[in-house]
Amino acid sequence: MSEVKGKELRIVGFLCNWCSYGGADTAGVGRFKQPTDLRIIRVPCSGRVDPMFVVRALITGADGVLVSGCHPRDCHYSDGNFYARRRLEMLKRLLPFLGIDDKRFHYTWVSASEGARWQQVVTDFTTRLHALGPMQNK
Amino acid sequence: MSTQKLKEIINKVLPDVETVICWQEGFDKLNVTPIFITSPEQVDKVVWNAACAQNLASYLPAQKKKVGVVVKGCDSRTIVQYMQEGLIDRNNVVIIGMPCKGIISKKKVQKAINNEPVEEITYTDDSIKVKTPSGEKTIAIKDVCPSKCTSCQYPTPVISDQLAADAIQSDKPADSVYADVAELEGKTLEERWAYFAKEFDKCIRCYACRNACPMCVCQDSCIAETRDPHWVTQKLNFDEKLMFHMIHALHLAGRCVECGECERVCPMEIPVAKLKKKINKEMKELFDYTPGVNPEDKPPMFVFNVDEAKIKEHKL
Repeated sequence: MSEVKGKELRIVGFLCNWCSYGGADTAGVGRFKQPTDLRIIRVPCSGRVDPMFVVRALITGADGVLVSGCHPRDCHYSDGNFYARRRLEMLKRLLPFLGIDDKRFHYTWVSASEGARWQQVVTDFTTRLHALGPMQNK
Repeated sequence: MSTQKLKEIINKVLPDVETVICWQEGFDKLNVTPIFITSPEQVDKVVWNAACAQNLASYLPAQKKKVGVVVKGCDSRTIVQYMQEGLIDRNNVVIIGMPCKGIISKKKVQKAINNEPVEEITYTDDSIKVKTPSGEKTIAIKDVCPSKCTSCQYPTPVISDQLAADAIQSDKPADSVYADVAELEGKTLEERWAYFAKEFDKCIRCYACRNACPMCVCQDSCIAETRDPHWVTQKLNFDEKLMFHMIHALHLAGRCVECGECERVCPMEIPVAKLKKKINKEMKELFDYTPGVNPEDKPPMFVFNVDEAKIKEHKL
């Protein structure tokens, strides 16, 4: 399913507008070095992330999907990420049953001030996917 | 016996309701088909036997007036799930429960008689006697039942106003429900992918599984067919087939009542319910939730806890 040839992989990131997108911005402003494999899609809230976004991305050519939102209790809309947590955990447990390595999907919480943490998340996730290589299922 | 009792109950219920939904004989003895009874003369058409496979509760969300419905144990869970999700008004439904010892799968019976035409079938409690042009054959119901019956936990309806026969206790162990899921879990990632790739590749996208599914309540707004949003295209390839089945599974997350209708209607004999059962298994583990059992419960994806006891943060 991987669409990218060469050494870069295609990783899709769904970031909530209020925390994680700000966190990624903070990392950029702070000039933290980050891998360039991640393509970011800004969503209003992690609660906006339908598990099907992740499935669709994986089916249509992504090698990995990262979802990041505000820390629990810090959601801009007060409870969006609580719903997201249940949905994404369900998906995390379903993917390996289908035969897709759940290492290719990660969800986490990064706040707007955590530029360094964002750098860590992106670097670690990209490293993990490079160890797995491109998506082979097809 | 129980058919007689069922007819009596329907006659008693009929004056208070718009219609009673039940089964009648189909085009041959192997097939039954739903009937909407509105007058006492129609009550004689009612049948109850092991061929009564359809989940009649599926009709309920579309009913505007008070109706009666005949349900088996597995079908009754659909009604409970509708109540949990606020899709029906309990006061507008008269539930006639039919304790059931197992139904037959039409496809399995046809295989057992080499697809010969059926002339006559006699149904008894645990077997059927099929008469075909080449002779008579007695088949035990447990040999031709759908897989849901082999691990049935609710032979008696979980909710009912009237019972048409004596309640039955389940004699199947509780852990047998997810035995098939556990068996797949024991395989490697690659084996599982190969299994689902082979099964879903058979799909002809007739959407019969969706149409038969009692919990697929989006009607004409199903995103498998809308152009906006355009989730699946009309391309005839594996990706789109897989996408459709993922839509079905994810939209039923924590809602599937395991009535087996999707697998019953699938013309390609795809184990459509496997993904949904896997999710149910996880819901049981994470939130101790079983769909369609207690009307007071809330489906797990509709609610949340601020501190989830069993969801641990994933480390990279």
